[in-house]
Amino acid sequence: MSQTQPDTPPSLYAAREPVFPRRVSGAFRNMKWVIMAITLGIYYLTPWIRWDRGPNLPDQAVLVDLAHRRFYFFWIEIWPHEFYFVAGLLVMAGLGLFLFTSALGRVWCGYACPQTVWTDLFILVERWVEGDRNARLRLHRQKKWDARKVRLRAIKFVLWFLIALATGGAWVFYFTDAPQLAMDLVTLNAHPVAYSTMLILTATTFFFGGIAREQICIYACPWPRIQAAMMDEDTLTIGYRHWRGEPRGKLRGKKAQAADAAPQGDCIDCMACVNVCPMGIDIRDGQQMECITCGLCIDACDDVMAKIGKPRGLIDYLALTDETAEQAGKPPKSVWKHIFRPRTILYTTLWASVGLALLVALFIRPVIELTVAPVRNPTYVLLSDGTIRNTYDVRLRNKNGDERPFKITIAGNDDLAVRLEGVEGQTVIVPADTMSLQRVYVTAPKGTEASLAERVNFRIWVEDTSNGDRASKDTIFNGKGN
Amino acid sequence: MAKKPTQHQDVGTTGHSWDGIEELNTPLPRWWLWTFYACIVWGLYYVVAYPAWPLLKEATPGLLGFSTRGEVAQDIAEFEARQAPMNTKLVSAELTAIADDAELVGYANSAGAAVFKTWCAQCHGSGADGAVGYPSLIDDDWLWGGDIESIHTTITVGVRQPTDDDYLRQSEMPAFGKDELLESEQIDQVVNYVMSLSGEPKDATMIAEGAVVFEENCASCHGESGEGDIDQGAPALADAIWLYGGSYDAIRESVYNARYGAMPAWANRLSEAEIRAVATYVHTRGGGQ
Repeated sequence: MSQTQPDTPPSLYAAREPVFPRRVSGAFRNMKWVIMAITLGIYYLTPWIRWDRGPNLPDQAVLVDLAHRRFYFFWIEIWPHEFYFVAGLLVMAGLGLFLFTSALGRVWCGYACPQTVWTDLFILVERWVEGDRNARLRLHRQKKWDARKVRLRAIKFVLWFLIALATGGAWVFYFTDAPQLAMDLVTLNAHPVAYSTMLILTATTFFFGGIAREQICIYACPWPRIQAAMMDEDTLTIGYRHWRGEPRGKLRGKKAQAADAAPQGDCIDCMACVNVCPMGIDIRDGQQMECITCGLCIDACDDVMAKIGKPRGLIDYLALTDETAEQAGKPPKSVWKHIFRPRTILYTTLWASVGLALLVALFIRPVIELTVAPVRNPTYVLLSDGTIRNTYDVRLRNKNGDERPFKITIAGNDDLAVRLEGVEGQTVIVPADTMSLQRVYVTAPKGTEASLAERVNFRIWVEDTSNGDRASKDTIFNGKGN
Repeated sequence: MAKKPTQHQDVGTTGHSWDGIEELNTPLPRWWLWTFYACIVWGLYYVVAYPAWPLLKEATPGLLGFSTRGEVAQDIAEFEARQAPMNTKLVSAELTAIADDAELVGYANSAGAAVFKTWCAQCHGSGADGAVGYPSLIDDDWLWGGDIESIHTTITVGVRQPTDDDYLRQSEMPAFGKDELLESEQIDQVVNYVMSLSGEPKDATMIAEGAVVFEENCASCHGESGEGDIDQGAPALADAIWLYGGSYDAIRESVYNARYGAMPAWANRLSEAEIRAVATYVHTRGGGQ
């Protein structure tokens, strides 16, 4: 018997099956609306919050000032050398994602991911314009582009475009003064980079939210592939109680039930869970990679169960341990037991530790920052009277909104004296929000111990004479013995 | 024989057969083919539009007139146009007033550092601390004066240059030994005396006799007590700094043959703005007066 050969080789390309999610209402849907409102609100409104920092600094609460290399976040101002704060926040975001995934599966994907939020918004607009699932399906299948189809599609695309434009538009406000940029954008005076950024983000938003949608999650995003490593048998994901639902079948009236004695599960095969799914999957096939655990199928199924007088939860948040327990006839674990367990506690501890470390670092940030670099070319200079002189590049950071007077003194060796380049006396004025490089000369007279030694240690003190803040750095003085 | 696979029947074979093995005549993927055609079109365009064919002296210029040298020249022109306002300000400012303008002195220092590393560091060292025969510019000992104006003049006219028509930086010490102005013994005496000026312990008789020689031959330029004279570029002999070395032999060599260190006149090579920038840079290295 020869093996049958297929007539054509299997295609490696799977054409997209368009998804037309049906409207649904319920607890999870409401939660998604609330989260959408909050996340979109944060995104669109944050650049417009004002925060007074004095005359020399921007008054935008959240501002990434790339031109001046500053990051402002309410009362916090981050300079490039403090970028570890941002790194720390990213570590926290990562650990937070691990925590939520180990406890609640892909809760990020289902509720808070921008791809989900904007897709949801785009589908909402689509539903407003073209109607619910069936109407959209009809419109999709209608081959003829009559006036109605053209009009509906045009309205939808224009609305999508406006949302996408607003999305790309909001992004650029994070990088420069928002009210000023808004004026410039409208009067066509803004920087080309602002326009091109907006254009690119408008295009990506339109494409990702309107056209590509679930394909981004399935094909483009690496997270669905990684998440499996963070989930275990205690993780709550969406599941179908097949032991309760199967064998599925059309809802039968009492008469029909009496006529046919075959056992029947709770699932009436109404396809509500499939029709509402934004990913276009059938959750009854079990938990699968495409599922973003948005919970809409739970809402849809609960609705149907209520109508046919069956208990809710045929589709529900379930962990693997619950499935095993329930099938063995035991009650499932409480939700809290799923959430509080060693793995989640470990993630929480790690997350909190990083957060605590960042907070501590934030509050012990030095009020005066200075670096002292001894000039080693040459290590010392011999002056005409035999004095030995060393030079130091002292960098003084003033992170305040006003200029500060810094007095530079030295301590630790009585042979040494200090003088500043280009400055009378020992006080140098550093303008607001800048770093100044000051050349500092330290001398040891001929014959003194310091001038003859290989090197001696001493300390450079910097004092803000306006408020008494002090900071110091230890450094070395190279003598003739060097 | 096994049944022939049927899935590729539609493409046919190349017609070649090796021991019954045939090669399918699968066409190139369409996207690949179009990319290939597009590359050919682009190649033709490139050959016409850009410099492409090497000829005897140079390549064909191309219709767009593109050249990398032209781009560099344009970049340099743009850079110079950007610097022009600061350069104008630097050239028009009083030399002594540069230090009072924080923005100007910052610009002059940055520009001066670049000039210094290009033109000066070869002799004076990248740290400006000099070498034997090449003065340190960061100490407080200046042959021709250490204020900003003197430094500016020295850089402009150079040292011992024939173009220095006003004799601003000209001086010539006699070669006392070579030209037989002094006896060998007198030279030894005066070297002993000179070394004693900066505190070296020397034989008292030699010092006493050397003092007489110094008084008669050297003091007119180097000063009664060896303090030097910056007006004629005569080094101070009583301080701790020796341009050509402070050993007995080095000083004797200086007296015997004299030294004629020279520096180019930078006015011939640098713009006034560059000279002022590097003068400011040198002046702010620690020795400026």
